[in-house]
Amino acid sequence: MKRTHNDNAGFIAPARPRSELMCWEALNIALDEALAADDAVFIIGEDVGLYGGSYRVTQGLYAKYGEWRVRDAPISENSFTGLGVGAAMVGGRPIVEITTINFALLALDAIINLAAKLHYMSGGQFRVPLVVRMAGGVAKQLAAQHSQRLEHTLMNVPGLRIVAPGTPQDSYWQLTQAIHEDDPIIVLEHELLYFKKGLFDIHATAPPMHSAAVRRSGTHVTLIAWHRMVDVCLQAADVLAGEDDIAAEVIDLRSLRPIDLPLLIGSLKKTHRAIVVEEDCKFAGAGAEIVAALQEAAFYELDAPIARVAAADVPTPYNGDLEAASIPNAEAVTLAVRRIVGTREE
Amino acid sequence: MQSSLAKQFLYDMLLARRFEEVAAEQYTQGKIAGFLHLYPGEEAVAVGSLRAAELGDYVVSTYREHVHALMRGISPNAIMAELFGRATGCSGGYGGSMHLLSAEHRFLGGYAIVGETFPIAIGAAYWLAMNHSPDAVLCFFGEGAVNQGTFHESLNMAALWKLPVLFICENNHYQIGTEIHRNSAIVEVYKRGCGNGVPGKRVDGMDVLAVYEATHDALQQIRSGNGPFLLECETYRYRGHSMADSGAYRSTLEVAELRARDPLLILRSKALQHGWLGEEDAEALFTKAQEVVEEAVRFADQSPPPTDLYKDVYVRPLDLYKGAL
Repeated sequence: MKRTHNDNAGFIAPARPRSELMCWEALNIALDEALAADDAVFIIGEDVGLYGGSYRVTQGLYAKYGEWRVRDAPISENSFTGLGVGAAMVGGRPIVEITTINFALLALDAIINLAAKLHYMSGGQFRVPLVVRMAGGVAKQLAAQHSQRLEHTLMNVPGLRIVAPGTPQDSYWQLTQAIHEDDPIIVLEHELLYFKKGLFDIHATAPPMHSAAVRRSGTHVTLIAWHRMVDVCLQAADVLAGEDDIAAEVIDLRSLRPIDLPLLIGSLKKTHRAIVVEEDCKFAGAGAEIVAALQEAAFYELDAPIARVAAADVPTPYNGDLEAASIPNAEAVTLAVRRIVGTREE
Repeated sequence: MQSSLAKQFLYDMLLARRFEEVAAEQYTQGKIAGFLHLYPGEEAVAVGSLRAAELGDYVVSTYREHVHALMRGISPNAIMAELFGRATGCSGGYGGSMHLLSAEHRFLGGYAIVGETFPIAIGAAYWLAMNHSPDAVLCFFGEGAVNQGTFHESLNMAALWKLPVLFICENNHYQIGTEIHRNSAIVEVYKRGCGNGVPGKRVDGMDVLAVYEATHDALQQIRSGNGPFLLECETYRYRGHSMADSGAYRSTLEVAELRARDPLLILRSKALQHGWLGEEDAEALFTKAQEVVEEAVRFADQSPPPTDLYKDVYVRPLDLYKGAL
């Protein structure tokens, strides 16, 4: 992990709403509010305390709430995530930060065998109000062990909920909502989005935690994405509108378990064509589930097979050019749209 | 005091032994399915340690946990019904033999993956410490679990933050069929915590009074804020690892030798010798235990099964596709 900043200890989290914030700041506000509102909430993870968080998300909170509420953990992902499960069972509302999803592979026992099972396995006696935050995604030349997406690994587990905020506003809303839920929730963040700016209104009314959102309205094709791929789709939509007179609708999924299928179907009824754009590899990925569910639910709305634009089926290479070539970009999306929108006339 | 305690312990162990023997019978008759891990031979550990615990303490146990559950006051009926997979079971029929849980009794499970009890225990203990609670956590594990990463990770955190946990090793010498000297460079389990700052000691796990006293002392230390402790109880299981294991990797001589040091026999002869109880008292306790277990089987057999497949997957029910499929 590359250290991304070095100022922290004296910093107090921003308390006032601003018109524009970065995702990390929005997450920070959500955490600050949760810690202030409820003594049962505590944070545990590597470098979340004195250091202020590898992506600044917990900056200032250690100074404000002390070491028991904002706990620096040793490098023991499985056990400090499991600690969160145990504490949640007896009344705590822990927020576990696992620096990246790559490290979360070491904590899958705690997440999958423990957190996801205990409510059911105990006949409903124990609740696990646990939030596990982790960052995924291809960042900037972090190589194969720091660039995985792995959404599908957790999507297949009953007992978990997964949200994937991609804007500062959603980061604030969905993290706040997750903290208030009594089920274990994975808040999937994206390494490149922490320092992305966006509009932020602390007083705006939040949509349901698991709803998808239309980021751009269109009539010819539906582009389904989450996290950074939403921006890629929006770029492609700009090009398509300017050069091809194609109006692409861009949907930010926001939640990966459950999936807001009604919203996707509604869009499909308008466009009759869809492409899932995902940063992860195509084979058995999240996109496969979305496509399968859509064709089960709305096959007769389709004028073309639903396509997928996804990452190359390789471990992420270190070299910058190769890395860029391994994941979808706006050009790839544009080409895919031209291909399937073109089929109507052929 | 000795007399009533001796009677209590003897009854507990008789109940524990009887419960497991009958569970084995019921398994053979097809009333109990899945994996069934039984406790005969190890009774002094659960009885001695848990009788020294307070009601407010949390207990985390493994997949061989029927007796721990009994000692925490979960009714034999509810435990047997759980083994039968019935709605009246302590986990509603959703957990089974390896996942007995009871919020009311602060019994946190029942875990079937070796090494999972450690993080759960430090989690509960973290919450207790954070809230300045006088309660503690008793965390059970087998000697095979100490080679799992979670043992070292969790003991380190427990010592670092002085968490109120008593780690209790039930050293029965075998991780299924692999004897401890074949899987561990250091076979004195109580020393394995030292590298993580957790002191430990070994007691004779066949002697219920020794386990009781050691647990009592350790808990007192833990409650006064001295941090975690590791208590290794050397014991033995008479049966195979589970009903699926004949235990053929052990010589009959070895099993016979250990059976001669049976925890029930040890206590019984000690109690008779000291006059803590008479022969007729011991017989009466055995009869009572038999009746309780018989009633548990009757209860389990007559209990209805759970019927709702989707109950309690989530606290707030989740529709994966929001009704679109």
